[in-house]
Order: sequence, then C-alpha cells, then structure tokens
Amino acid sequence: MPGLRRWIQVAATLLSNGYWLFPWKESLYRGPLKAVCLPGLNCYSCPAATGACPLGSLQHVLAELRPGFAAGQPRPGLYVAGLLGFSGSLVGRMPCAWLCPFGLLQEWLHKIPSPELPVPRALSWLKYLFLALFVIALPFWAVDEFGYGMTWFCKFVCPAGTLEAGIPLLILEPELRALVGRLFYAKLTILVLFLAWMAVSRRPFCRVACPLGAIYSLFNKHSAFRLVHHPDRCTRCRACFNDCPMGVKVYEGANQLDCIRCLRCLRHSCRFGAISFEVAGVGPQVGETGGTTGGTH
Amino acid sequence: MRPYRVLPFLLMLAFLVLALAGINLAEPEAVLDKAIRVCLSCMGIG
Repeated sequence: MPGLRRWIQVAATLLSNGYWLFPWKESLYRGPLKAVCLPGLNCYSCPAATGACPLGSLQHVLAELRPGFAAGQPRPGLYVAGLLGFSGSLVGRMPCAWLCPFGLLQEWLHKIPSPELPVPRALSWLKYLFLALFVIALPFWAVDEFGYGMTWFCKFVCPAGTLEAGIPLLILEPELRALVGRLFYAKLTILVLFLAWMAVSRRPFCRVACPLGAIYSLFNKHSAFRLVHHPDRCTRCRACFNDCPMGVKVYEGANQLDCIRCLRCLRHSCRFGAISFEVAGVGPQVGETGGTTGGTH
Repeated sequence: MRPYRVLPFLLMLAFLVLALAGINLAEPEAVLDKAIRVCLSCMGIG
C-alpha cells in the first residue's frame, strides 16, 4: 500500500504540474483546466501548474466579494466551497496523503537521515488560526478604499507558493529579481525553516500550518470514507501511533482531525486487525479470528 | 452489521448543489481569470 500511495502521489504531482512547455512558451498554462480547483496545495502561479489552487481561489473570492456585490456580479465562492466540501464529505482529509504535491515533498524530505523531532500536539491548532485569519477574515475584512482585499496567506505565509512559483519565476525571469524585497526574503525564510523542519519531523506543515488540511479535517468524522477502530482487538501497543505521519493515536479514536487517511496504520502498523475502514457504513467486517474479511488485509 | 450512514450523501449533495450554484454564477470563470495570471504581489514579490 505505501508503494501504491507513493505512485499515486507522484502521478498527482505530475498531473498537477504537467505543463512542461513553459520554458518555450514563456508563460504559464492558460487553458480551461485552470478553472478547476485541484484537491491538493499547488500554487497556480507555478509555471507548470495545470489547475487552480483551492486556497488561492478561496482567498481571491473573499478579497473581491464586496466589489462583486457592488457591481451586481455576486460571486460568493460557492463553486470553490462546493468543490472543497464535496471532496471533504467524500473522503475527508485523504487528498493530503494521496494527492497533495506538498505532502509528497514533506515525506521525501523526511527520508533524509536526521534526528526525529516530535511536533507538539498543541501546535496543530495553529492551522485553524491560519484558516480563520489569513484565508477567511483578513482577505474579506482588510480591504482598500475600493473594497478589494488581499490574498493574505499566499502573500505572507504560503511556502508552497514560494517554492513552486516565486523561486521558479525569479529563475526564469531575471528582470523580476529587482522587485524582490523584505517580504519575499521573509517568505523565503519561512520556506527554509519548514524545509528544515520537514527533515526532522513528519509532515510539519500539514500538522501545523496548512489551512487546506484544516478545511478537509472538519469533514473527517462524517465523511463517507472513514476508518474504524475495533477496541476489542486493540492492544494499545502504539504501533499505529509510532508509524503515523501525523502523530495520530488511532486507539484514542479513529477519524481524528489530523488523520490524513494514508492507511499506513491499517495496512502496515496494526497486526491485530484493530483498524479497518468503511464507506458510508458499508465496509469489511472484522472476522472472529483477527484481521478483517473482505480483503483489507 | 453497521447501519448505513446517510449524512455523507446529504453533505455531498449539498456541496454539489453549492458548486453548481457557483457555476451558474460564472464563478469558474473568475477562478480561471485569477489562475491564468501571474500575481507577483500574491507571492510577496514587488
């Protein structure tokens, strides 16, 4: 399963960034696919990006909400919210583990031999602060005299944007380097700090700062796809916790906010059949002798 | 035997209706309009 997931992650990353004509065309992809929000965090200003970033789109919608209403063209972001909500209702936070390019980068960087640094659980609430403040409140409320807001998370925080768009554009278009100022250096520092953190901790950006993961996580408990924990089989050996890239203690409850449904606990960690999955109430049933019937093990 | 859960389907339906309403308001065009432009200030450049 980890092998299959890795292949899917790589394929999703390549598909999300499949416009390799940009060095010759000297522009980013401008086709109709860019109207579709991708499920993972992938900056749409990346020269190779083939789709839109849902977080960037959400911020833009909120930043231009007032002028839109004033002009009689209300665009309250139903399309973006609908896509995010549909995906969340279907699989919860699963796109973080299977489809997000930035998630793949974090997993690869963590393969660098280095001491293991745990991420304090209290920090996981920060991503909800980033979502509430930088993605929703500030783009909507902090507006200029014409009623336009800014994409605060993209502009001041997002390390994915710095890595996928800022740096490549500065390489491809040297004349832009004259425009680089303190803000970009600050964002570069954020990126470097996160990259270093990724080497020593598992998925720190997902756990601490990703507003997209924060949105999906709100659906984890009620999504169609869910994990099921079987307490009667669980020995609380902590194997699932030790293996979990998000530091989730499955034995304290499946489908916690930080679970990204990588299925590592189900397929790899638990030897007692204490974890299975179900889809809207239908799923492999736990047998009498351990493991699950129906092909989960 | 676990009971079937209806809530996920209701949620999916509700968000699908939201997305379709957004499409009716030409929101994908607004997303496209932003996604095909390089916004330097959005990246902290300039």
